[in-house]
Amino acid sequence: MKDIFPIWEVFIRSRNGLAHKHVGSLHAADATLALQAARDIYTRRGEGLSIWVVPSSAITASDPADKDMMFEPTASKIYRHPTFYEVPDEVGHM
Amino acid sequence: MYTQALNNAPETGERQVEDAARMESFQARIDAEERIEPNDWMPAAYRKTLTRQISQHAHSEIVGMLPEGNWITRAPSLRRKAALLAKVQDECGHGLYLYAAAETLGTSREELVDQLLTGKAKYSSIFNYPTLTWADMGAIGWLVDGAAIMNQIPLCRCSYGPYSRAMIRVCKEESFHQRQGYENMVTLSKGNEAQKEMAQDALNRWWWPCLMMFGPPDAASQHSDQSTRWKIKRFSNDELRQKFVDATVPQAQYLGLTLPDPDLKFNEETGHWEYGVIDWEEFKQVIAGNGPCNRDRLAARNKAHAEGAWVREAALAFAEKRRARKAAA
Repeated sequence: MKDIFPIWEVFIRSRNGLAHKHVGSLHAADATLALQAARDIYTRRGEGLSIWVVPSSAITASDPADKDMMFEPTASKIYRHPTFYEVPDEVGHM
Repeated sequence: MYTQALNNAPETGERQVEDAARMESFQARIDAEERIEPNDWMPAAYRKTLTRQISQHAHSEIVGMLPEGNWITRAPSLRRKAALLAKVQDECGHGLYLYAAAETLGTSREELVDQLLTGKAKYSSIFNYPTLTWADMGAIGWLVDGAAIMNQIPLCRCSYGPYSRAMIRVCKEESFHQRQGYENMVTLSKGNEAQKEMAQDALNRWWWPCLMMFGPPDAASQHSDQSTRWKIKRFSNDELRQKFVDATVPQAQYLGLTLPDPDLKFNEETGHWEYGVIDWEEFKQVIAGNGPCNRDRLAARNKAHAEGAWVREAALAFAEKRRARKAAA
């Protein structure tokens, strides 16, 4: 088959104040058609107020093999979480 | 199945040891209910099984538009027509979510579509039966979508991330399909004698093919064991079939319709409805391409694809022209 459409990743913002979220992908010849297809495929029930389409080839992703190197250091730094610190009961909620 | 994968790609002994270790950590991730994502290492057989299952599922959604599309222009009211149109549009959407999930495993959309058009790939046996009357729109929504939901809800927890996420969307949308079908059946079965007869006739024709949708009995199923271990499949074919029968019998009773099975009876001890013998020869024939509508369905898909070629070509030519102009400017 010679008619090969590039792949686009679709992001939708559901309500005002929330960020765009990845919902899936689709094939389309260009950005305009990708937006129209995204509307038909991913917003048939009022799922969104805004759509982004991004060519899949433009995304740089982290390698799953680097998962430990990338994310392990956060696990050992529990002092970054509020529950690490003690606040006297008398002080109440903080 | 893993030995098969090794046979396909003969490697050194060292590599096999490495793969055995990888297999073990892969299974450990599955056992820990972790989701497998597209770029993660996975056994070749896992990739192959899922590509087959997800693409067959996608093909089923796409071919599934045909039997119902048959009645859109003849729906008895604007309300029914709008609902049917929305349902068929949903099925197209479901097909597209699923193709996208299948592609993440490394097979292109073009190849997948080609497998359907050439008849190389299979799709659900149920869509090779004809829709003869308007009541079939009720029976399909109620029974076919009901059976599909039984099958699909456990797939929302499938070990492969993109498939499980697609199924969550599909299941959310699918419940309207079943309800609109049942409402249709309620209206017909409360109507005049002719309408009631039409509803009963549709039920007679769709009941057994719907039971076949769950696939061969557990004793004869080829894929179940490995798929269960990999948490692609959470319940066996027979378990899901039984769930469907138990849920559907009271719904048929409410309609005042009779299920076309003289052996159907309630077992007080087990709390389940026992059903008669399924004609597996018919199932085999339909899967092999000899059902009432197999040739029609494939011909319709091929015609639609061929007639859409100029649209795809024009869209690509236009995109190319704009790119060239932008580059020149």
